[in-house]
Amino acid sequence: MKIVAVTSCPTGIAHTYMAAEALEKAAKAAGHDIVVETQGSAGSEAASTDDIRAADVLILAADAAVRDPERFAHLPRVQVRVAEAINKAAEVIVLAEEAARTAPAPVTAPAGALAAAGGSGQGGDAGPGTSTKGGAVRRWLMTGVSYMIPFVAAGGILIALAFAIGGAVEVTQVSVYDQFSVGALLFEIGATAFSMLVPILAGFIAYAMADRPGIAPGVVGGLLANAIGAGFLGGIAAGLLAGAIILGLKRIAVPAGFRGIMPVLVYPLLGTLAVGALMILVIGEPIAAATNALTGALQNMQGANAILLGVLLGLMMAFDMGGPVNKVAYTFGLAALEAGQFAPMGAVMAAGMTPPLGLALATVLARRRYTAQEHEAGKAAWLMGASFITEGAIPFAAADPLRVIPAIMAGSAVAGGLSMAFNATLQAPHGGIFVVGLVGNWPLYLVAIAVGTVVTALLVNTLKSFGRPTAEVVNDIPEPVHA
Amino acid sequence: MTLTIDDITGPELVTLDLTTADRWAAIDQLADLLAADGRLVDRDAFVAAVRQREETGATGMEMGIAIPHGKSAGVTRPSVAFGRAPGGVDFGAGDGTPADLVFLIAAPEGESDLHITLLSRLARKLIHDEFRDALRKAVTPADVIDIIRKEVTL
Repeated sequence: MKIVAVTSCPTGIAHTYMAAEALEKAAKAAGHDIVVETQGSAGSEAASTDDIRAADVLILAADAAVRDPERFAHLPRVQVRVAEAINKAAEVIVLAEEAARTAPAPVTAPAGALAAAGGSGQGGDAGPGTSTKGGAVRRWLMTGVSYMIPFVAAGGILIALAFAIGGAVEVTQVSVYDQFSVGALLFEIGATAFSMLVPILAGFIAYAMADRPGIAPGVVGGLLANAIGAGFLGGIAAGLLAGAIILGLKRIAVPAGFRGIMPVLVYPLLGTLAVGALMILVIGEPIAAATNALTGALQNMQGANAILLGVLLGLMMAFDMGGPVNKVAYTFGLAALEAGQFAPMGAVMAAGMTPPLGLALATVLARRRYTAQEHEAGKAAWLMGASFITEGAIPFAAADPLRVIPAIMAGSAVAGGLSMAFNATLQAPHGGIFVVGLVGNWPLYLVAIAVGTVVTALLVNTLKSFGRPTAEVVNDIPEPVHA
Repeated sequence: MTLTIDDITGPELVTLDLTTADRWAAIDQLADLLAADGRLVDRDAFVAAVRQREETGATGMEMGIAIPHGKSAGVTRPSVAFGRAPGGVDFGAGDGTPADLVFLIAAPEGESDLHITLLSRLARKLIHDEFRDALRKAVTPADVIDIIRKEVTL
């Protein structure tokens, strides 16, 4: 699409040019051509008649009178205030796309239309976008991740502290509501924070796509992903679904009188209903079926090659970190433990520790490949990995699933396989470094974890060196390895 | 002649600790820097022009920046003063975000020239996260000028 824009403000020194820059940046990000005529004090570079003739749509970002408006009379137009073009350029571009598509005749959006159409996006870390480019998907995921990271950090560190203070096994078995202890208190708070990971991730992926009306459908979709055991990949699906549904609803033209209630009532209501129904009816059933199938397949592995079993448990632990595949592996380890076989649990725990540890190491080895926020997440990930809190890796995996998930699966497979090869046994269901004293053959067990950690780090940084990280095909994540 | 950023600003026009949360006080403090550097012949007339511009529409933006500015005969040559306010100054951004990066732009009346073009380039740069982040991380006024000099050219 070709856009011609005019920016203008009372003094014509600052905001005229900021708006021009913001519109150029947003248009480029959305894959459009744009010519901006800045009607300011630094000389007006007039749009050429060729530009104007070739344009599909006009954006007027003007708080002052526009010179020679008749030049643009034939174009569909979007009119906004200068501040809106600066603060919400991506949304203005979306409005322009809409105007170009739906209105052959000029349509003037009243000033403040943006607020009515979608609330204001704050934070500025990611505007809404309908770009078809892969970069948009990554931006949505990154936004979701950035809101999720504080929950991961707070919850993960509290749980690790709970393990350290109260004992890794005890705090998970005695509820603070039944019998008070500091460990159980910390664990309960941390676990509650963790229960918000997937809803927040989903809610803010949808927010990045569709602004505020996306939050409710996204959060509810994320809660349902928890309920059906779909894990963080289910949360990503819920967030993308919610965002897409709201964006679709926003395209439906509504009479002016209804515009005010659309973003606060109609969009969230319809979006939440649609996302919720899809999560329960369409996504929930296959996950339950796949869980049963995987459990059966693992049972058949009993007595097979121990190292192969360890590799398989490792792959599964790392695939979705708390999702259905991970749960099957963990439950298998637990069942074996109760049956008196202690090696599978050892492999499961080693494989669950290497994803956060490996990613933490990766951020240290290749500082420039990671954002400042990821460096912070990396620091917390050391502690979480050491405590067997695999969720510490989720911020990395959710932001760049196609590169991170294969790498952590490989590292966990190595750790799981080595743990079985060393016949490291574990008689506790949780605890990480805090229960290492209970591990049979613990020096070699630590070697298994260290090797898995290094493999993860080297592989993820190698994968990240291939091309720009654009998680364009989120649903193309490799299938789990079935037995 | 080659016009550079050093013609419109300098370390003496930069303060990294604006302590006020009030926009009028912030404007006053930055105007004092311009006056002390001999860039204003009539400080009050300039501040009045800035206030008038501020009344017609707030200059604070949601990304934590504000560009109060005024065109006045009280200005000798196009200039910009920069203040960083760790606590933020309310410049009336649409969503209430206080500005921690404040640029006070002073322009003389009359014909526009390359100085104004340079100022407009600076305004454009502020849209970019990396530029704002760099300004937020600068340690000394000289760092600020180095960053601007590197990024803003004709």
